[in-house]
Amino acid sequence: MDALKRILGFIWIVLALLAGYYLVVNQSIPKFKTGKTEDLIPAIIYTCILLPIIVGGLGTFGYYSLTGEYSKDKR
Amino acid sequence: MSDTNKKSSLFSVIGASSVGTMIEWYDFYIFGSLATIIASKFFPAGNETAAFLSTLATFAAGFVVRPFGALFFGRLGDIIGRKFTFMVTLVLMGGATFLIGCIPSYETIGFLAPTLVLVLRLLQGLALGGEYGGAATYVAEHTTSEKRGYMTSWIQTTATVGLFLSLVVILTTKSSMTKDSFDEWGWRVPFWISIFMIIISIVIRRKMSESPLFAKAKSEGKTSTNPLKESFGNKYNFKYVLLALFGAVMGQGVVWYTGQFYAMSFIEKVLGISDQVGSIMIWAITLATPFFLFFGWLSDKIGRKWIMLIGMLIAILSYRFIYTQMYEVTNVKHKTEIVDKGTKTAELKENKTKTGMDSVYVVSKVFTDGTTWKETKTVTLDDKNMAVLNEKGEKKIDAKLEASVNDSQKWSLIFWVFIQIFFVTMVYGPIAAFLVEMFPIRIRYTSMSLPYHIGNGIFGGLLPAIATALVMNAKEANKLAEKTGLAIQFDKPYLEGLWYPIIIASVCFVIGAIYLRNDDKEVND
Repeated sequence: MDALKRILGFIWIVLALLAGYYLVVNQSIPKFKTGKTEDLIPAIIYTCILLPIIVGGLGTFGYYSLTGEYSKDKR
Repeated sequence: MSDTNKKSSLFSVIGASSVGTMIEWYDFYIFGSLATIIASKFFPAGNETAAFLSTLATFAAGFVVRPFGALFFGRLGDIIGRKFTFMVTLVLMGGATFLIGCIPSYETIGFLAPTLVLVLRLLQGLALGGEYGGAATYVAEHTTSEKRGYMTSWIQTTATVGLFLSLVVILTTKSSMTKDSFDEWGWRVPFWISIFMIIISIVIRRKMSESPLFAKAKSEGKTSTNPLKESFGNKYNFKYVLLALFGAVMGQGVVWYTGQFYAMSFIEKVLGISDQVGSIMIWAITLATPFFLFFGWLSDKIGRKWIMLIGMLIAILSYRFIYTQMYEVTNVKHKTEIVDKGTKTAELKENKTKTGMDSVYVVSKVFTDGTTWKETKTVTLDDKNMAVLNEKGEKKIDAKLEASVNDSQKWSLIFWVFIQIFFVTMVYGPIAAFLVEMFPIRIRYTSMSLPYHIGNGIFGGLLPAIATALVMNAKEANKLAEKTGLAIQFDKPYLEGLWYPIIIASVCFVIGAIYLRNDDKEVND
């Protein structure tokens, strides 16, 4: 199981980056571009709140997993 | 202390904690449930600044501020104590709610009105961020590992019961006066009622003593002096904060919001059943709520992890089927119209901002099974009575659907919502005990509050906005395909919004299944 966790760590990092890319390109930028007030707040929230949580949080989780922080001997 | 005394003291701990938390959820939800009327009183249509403040009040207070409340009050709870902190959050929430009900409208005091609403809504969000972790920790630290899941599951019922109570109070207030009176001043009553509930809750909570585990840790000088640094600056603890978020709470948050809020919004906006939606939700919630306690109890017997994850998995696999069934209940394609009873009208009406006219087309239909269906299309006109165009050069049309269904169809909808709330009870019932057991006493309040409010407030709270955007994108793509003569891309565009909870819950399920433990029931660490 520890070996699987390490392999998955890499996948979580890639997933974090892909999700971040999707969030910026498909959600944030189009919303900023509309110039509408009701789109501005969600765009700011996606960029400043959700993006750091997904890229930073899931990325760090993946890194810890990759480096064996979730192995049985480190509980 | 005898067993009977212990038991009664434990139930008074649970009662006092649950009532307070339930009232906080009630306070938080009445704002959402009365959003339309609040918007008309404080955020006038057609005004850019008011629209900005309105969106900010919805998003920022509802979702973004909650994690900050978790950090602020979590820190206080780990330094000063659980009891003091959740008394403060209760007073803050109750005070803010009562005051929202007292603010004069935009017509009376201008921009001060929406600004005050925004500030008070932010305070509500902060208070909610601090309340839950305190209540869950407090109850968990009073109980033994054999009963912790069951005892804390009472706290887990509070969010749903709070929503239920807000719907009941609003419906009762509405039915006790005329529509005009409710629109004029009656909408303030649910906010004012909050102050009585809060006073009762404060009186009950004042009699309670501090959590025994925390009191012991404090007397031994074992509490943390900087819980934020210990929780998030220390790799050993921080990795568990991340695991709690991505392996449990993120998926629970989206299942929770899909089952209660997306379902409600789907019935109201997609199916157009706005008059019956309140009673549909009330029935579904009433029937499902006991299962919070059942799954809390079951988690004490067989472990918490797999109950939560199985709930998540069934939800992932069945959402598209459930929403298809809900859609089919009102799908007029399968119904027989009574042609004589149908009407079609077209008229010019002064628009909401009173700056011009709107062209309003209304089509009403009645079906043999008792279903009624009414579509109102409003085309905004300019000063020369020409249709106003949107940024794509198309006529700006506002379409509104109002439908009602017969009793058996209503019960079908209650059943499908009940099933979704049943999934919620599986993922949410055991999670308080699970989170409490993940973290040590000295940083428990801080460490469990943050992932909880990110998972629920942000991943869950953004669900309606993201899901709606996905549905809109699908509809736009279909429109474009139709225009260009291509085959439509999305057969059922109304289901596209479900991809957000399905994907988030799937990632969470995999992480939870592989990384979470099922055997940690220690809270004395």
